[in-house]
Amino acid sequence: MDVMEKDTATQVNWKMNDAFILNQSLRNDALAVLENTAFPTTRTEAWKYTRLTKIKNASYQTTQAIELTRTVGLDPNAIKLVFVNGHFNAALSSKSLPDGLKLIPLSQMDPAELMALGNTTENPEELFTAINTAYTTDGSYLHVSAKVNIEPTIELIHVSTGEQHISNIRHFITVEAFSKAAVVQHFLSENATDCFCNVVTEIAVAKNAHLTIDKLQEAADSNHFIGTENVKQQQDSVFTINTITLNGGIVRNNLNIKVAGSNCETNLNGAYILKGNQHVDNHTVVDHLVAHCNSNELYKGVIDGKATAVFNGKVFVRKDAQKINAFQSNGNVLLSDDATVNSKPELEIYADDVKCSHGSTTGQLDEEAIFYLRARGIGEHAAKQLMVGAFVGEVFEKIENEAFLNRINEILTERFSWNID
Amino acid sequence: MLKINNLHASIDGKEILKGLNLEVKAGEVHAIMGPNGAGKSTLASILAGREEYEVTEGSVDFDGKDLLELATEDRAREGLFLAFQYPVEIPGVSNVNFLRTALNEIREYRGEEQISAKDFMALVREKSAIVELDAKLASRSVNEGFSGGEKKRNEIFQMAMLDPKLAILDETDSGLDIDALRIVANGVNTLKSAENATIVITHYQRLLDYIVPDFVHVLYNGQIVKSGPKELALELEEKGYDWIKAEFSI
Amino acid sequence: MGYTENDLAKDLENSEYKFGFTTNIESDKAPIGLNEDIIRFISAKKNEPEWLLEFRLKSFKIWQEMTEPNWAHIHYNKPDFQAISYYSAPKQTKKYESWDDVDPEMKATMAKLGISLEEQQRLTGVAVDFVMDSVSVATSFKSKLKELGIIFCSFSEAVQEYPELIQKYMGSVVPVTDNFYAALNSAVFTDGSFCYIPKGVRCPMELSTYFRINEANTGQFERTLVVADEGSYVSYLEGCTAPQRDENQLHAAVVELIALNDAEIKYSTVQNWYPGDKNGDGGVFNFVTKRGICERNAKISWTQVETGSAVTWKYPSCILKGDNSIGEFYSVAVTNNYQQADTGTKMIHLGKNTKSTIISKGISAGKSHNSYRGLVQIHKNAQNARNFSQCDSLLMTDECGAHTFPYIECKNPSAKIEHEATTSKIGEDQIFYCLQRGISEEKAISLIVNGYCKEVLNQLPMEFAVEAQKLLSISLEGSVG
Repeated sequence: MDVMEKDTATQVNWKMNDAFILNQSLRNDALAVLENTAFPTTRTEAWKYTRLTKIKNASYQTTQAIELTRTVGLDPNAIKLVFVNGHFNAALSSKSLPDGLKLIPLSQMDPAELMALGNTTENPEELFTAINTAYTTDGSYLHVSAKVNIEPTIELIHVSTGEQHISNIRHFITVEAFSKAAVVQHFLSENATDCFCNVVTEIAVAKNAHLTIDKLQEAADSNHFIGTENVKQQQDSVFTINTITLNGGIVRNNLNIKVAGSNCETNLNGAYILKGNQHVDNHTVVDHLVAHCNSNELYKGVIDGKATAVFNGKVFVRKDAQKINAFQSNGNVLLSDDATVNSKPELEIYADDVKCSHGSTTGQLDEEAIFYLRARGIGEHAAKQLMVGAFVGEVFEKIENEAFLNRINEILTERFSWNID
Repeated sequence: MLKINNLHASIDGKEILKGLNLEVKAGEVHAIMGPNGAGKSTLASILAGREEYEVTEGSVDFDGKDLLELATEDRAREGLFLAFQYPVEIPGVSNVNFLRTALNEIREYRGEEQISAKDFMALVREKSAIVELDAKLASRSVNEGFSGGEKKRNEIFQMAMLDPKLAILDETDSGLDIDALRIVANGVNTLKSAENATIVITHYQRLLDYIVPDFVHVLYNGQIVKSGPKELALELEEKGYDWIKAEFSI
Repeated sequence: MGYTENDLAKDLENSEYKFGFTTNIESDKAPIGLNEDIIRFISAKKNEPEWLLEFRLKSFKIWQEMTEPNWAHIHYNKPDFQAISYYSAPKQTKKYESWDDVDPEMKATMAKLGISLEEQQRLTGVAVDFVMDSVSVATSFKSKLKELGIIFCSFSEAVQEYPELIQKYMGSVVPVTDNFYAALNSAVFTDGSFCYIPKGVRCPMELSTYFRINEANTGQFERTLVVADEGSYVSYLEGCTAPQRDENQLHAAVVELIALNDAEIKYSTVQNWYPGDKNGDGGVFNFVTKRGICERNAKISWTQVETGSAVTWKYPSCILKGDNSIGEFYSVAVTNNYQQADTGTKMIHLGKNTKSTIISKGISAGKSHNSYRGLVQIHKNAQNARNFSQCDSLLMTDECGAHTFPYIECKNPSAKIEHEATTSKIGEDQIFYCLQRGISEEKAISLIVNGYCKEVLNQLPMEFAVEAQKLLSISLEGSVG
């Protein structure tokens, strides 16, 4: 049991178990990083709009595997892998897998195979990645063989429960050439307060492969989340990620996509509907390393109460990566006087034959339109719902997974009393 | 004036023109017709000097000069004008400034004096009347916010201003309603003289009711497969291009 | 085939800096280096009152504790602040009684700059304050302005003649502690311009200042202070050039604008400091802090055309403090060869119904890097704030870079903020269309670029717009002239 105290990363008051070790040599490197890294402050550009004090000052601890009495999962036909407080839960997980799919909890992997993972992690010196590497609770190895279409959705389900528990979950997802898969990452809580979920997912999309990830964050609002997806795309591949945040305390999504092959398509969509004291920060980087690729990014949010939304989208077009079309758009609607939005869409372009654009809008619902609806007999609340629905609906329309969409609608009704269809 | 001899051209390794021959003399109007993809617009692009196309064989003589050796702007300065199928928008650059720059560069090339502002504006007034172009359009940015019909009329207005020896009208009739078509055709007819020549590239016969050609050529599969008097156009209209395809398909 | 963009790129490399001449005027220079004694030397040389010396010394202390910022998207060898002479004045600093008294060499310099005072006096009625290496040498039209109660003079003169105005407003918009270069300027500034427009007066002519760095190894640290009293209007022009030198020269200016209730200030800059040669040697480091504050119903409009400097770090900003106030920023920034620019604006919305507009056009050529960095901040009480931003980048070669870093911060739900940005290559179809009309490629590019910048150029006063267009051509058309 290592004890960390605050100020520098090794000095926080967190108690983290090292019963499971991902890779001893990587762990040593990560521990060295932690000793030399201070917790980021708002003076650090990447954390300019997100204060980590609440996380830094919390007293987190890892738990042992815990059984859960409720059922989980969105789609009854999906293949499920369930983690409770970061530990694999066999009872809730699927037993049989279709041909061409390997889906193994890291804790049950062959040690030799396990050693091969994590060596190509981007930004190993980033604080939360290093914490994740040093104190991995568990995670998964998801591998789709070449030329396979995995029909059922694969659901990676993460449940936080209890008080002040930390999960450091690591996933490795590889889709080999000419294959297709759809993965759901679902984050929820069950009687949880002040838990912290720190997830790192490494994703490799091989030649001509298609991968879609639908990510839903709905853990109750005292629970914090920091997630990082590092994605690498090879030529002719299509990668789509939809990040939907409907609850949670401090939620930070780091999405780092390296487009390393030509003729790729990259789609990043996000929606966030916030209230209370929620703070949601979406940081995306699309790095176009080679020519002839398209990327599309659409993030939309509605912010109520005292909530804050942060969007930082960065598009790089490297030297010689010609004929890139990169589009980025962020729209925000503020519903209350105390809501805040900080938007920072960035372009860094080093090639000349490109078409890149970004747009950002911040405003409120169109009063004229609401008046028009009310004049047609629609109540004010319903009129606002309709308008909000139309606004974020553009993002939901990009989602193909019916079960996932159904869950979104349930949350909107339960948490926000909104019916968006 | 223009003599095209056994012209072969390709783009991205794909051969589009496969041995095209055509001769146009001063005072003549030639119509080139053909189904989509026959190579009509390719021909216009090559004559104007678009760099994407590679000429692999053949020659083009323009008034005693080797046209293919000239840079695009020098072809224009020698008197070759292309009315674009899709006229390009240039934000912030007024039509007037654009044309004055063009006119002066052409004059300089020919060793002539720059046109005075007064003469230039008089010329603008005179020529814009030919295509019934609103004088306001002259001061707007080149083609920006113009309707389809206005863009095409603007092309003919520019042609009137630059007074070319050979005008190539690339699908100038596409997208025009009957009134606009009449105005555009009327403009072209007004500008016609014994010293200049016109090549009309079109998919449809209806333009030829207004601009009456001396010769009609059918372009198919990269070659001119049939030439004849203006009646050929009517025959094509009646029988459709399937007739040509059936007769000349390889 | 014709004139290709590669040819253009080559021509651009060889394009000579047109204002790279030096003026052989004896100058009175401070010893190289920076310490309290130097500051006392500058202050004594200028016969300054005690309060100003104290302001300088306080600023120097603050500066010593600060570090040079490095967050901008620029890379350069940090200047050695001990290797610069902080005071350089043309030796004949006596006041000119009439235009005839002005040193003919100086007149020649101005003529070469294309801003001959005589000509401007005669043709345009522009009043010019000419600052060469830090010291204001000639101010024209003073008497005419005096009748209206308008003060337009060198900063040093204002210190002597209008100390209460200077004390009231200097540092009120850009505090000494604002940033590293502002602190440095506050410690060592040598001269600059001061302008005061009384209540309800509409200044009948454009006020203009020309800045020029002449001496080698000198820095130019001027301060400009413009105060527009209630209901007044002024249009202020600023032009900058420097001779061609192998070593880097430093320019760290501070400009403060104060627009009181219902006042309007229009501030236009054409900046053409020496950008360095085609290998990236030499050139001016332009680290400038420009900021204006708007009281109720006031308006400040910044327009800049930036073609010069090796490194530019500059964000003319507006603090929209009063209700219904308006801030505008129109900018064209051209970079070529190894030039680097990190420029943009900050619009701080504090008052209700405040509006801001940002139009930024970046053009990158050669191996240069051009960044837009902007902040739009809507504070909690800024009801009904509006912002529109449009940031476009045009790329001329495949070795340059164009970057956009907008920061949008909103704490009021009634705000409407729109930001749009595009980055694209100069349109090949547009160039072909021009070529087909007989226009040469070079001229086609010049036409297209000027068209692209039109929204900004239109904001400049007429004479300045012509000059700016010429500068764009010089910067981007290698073979012109």
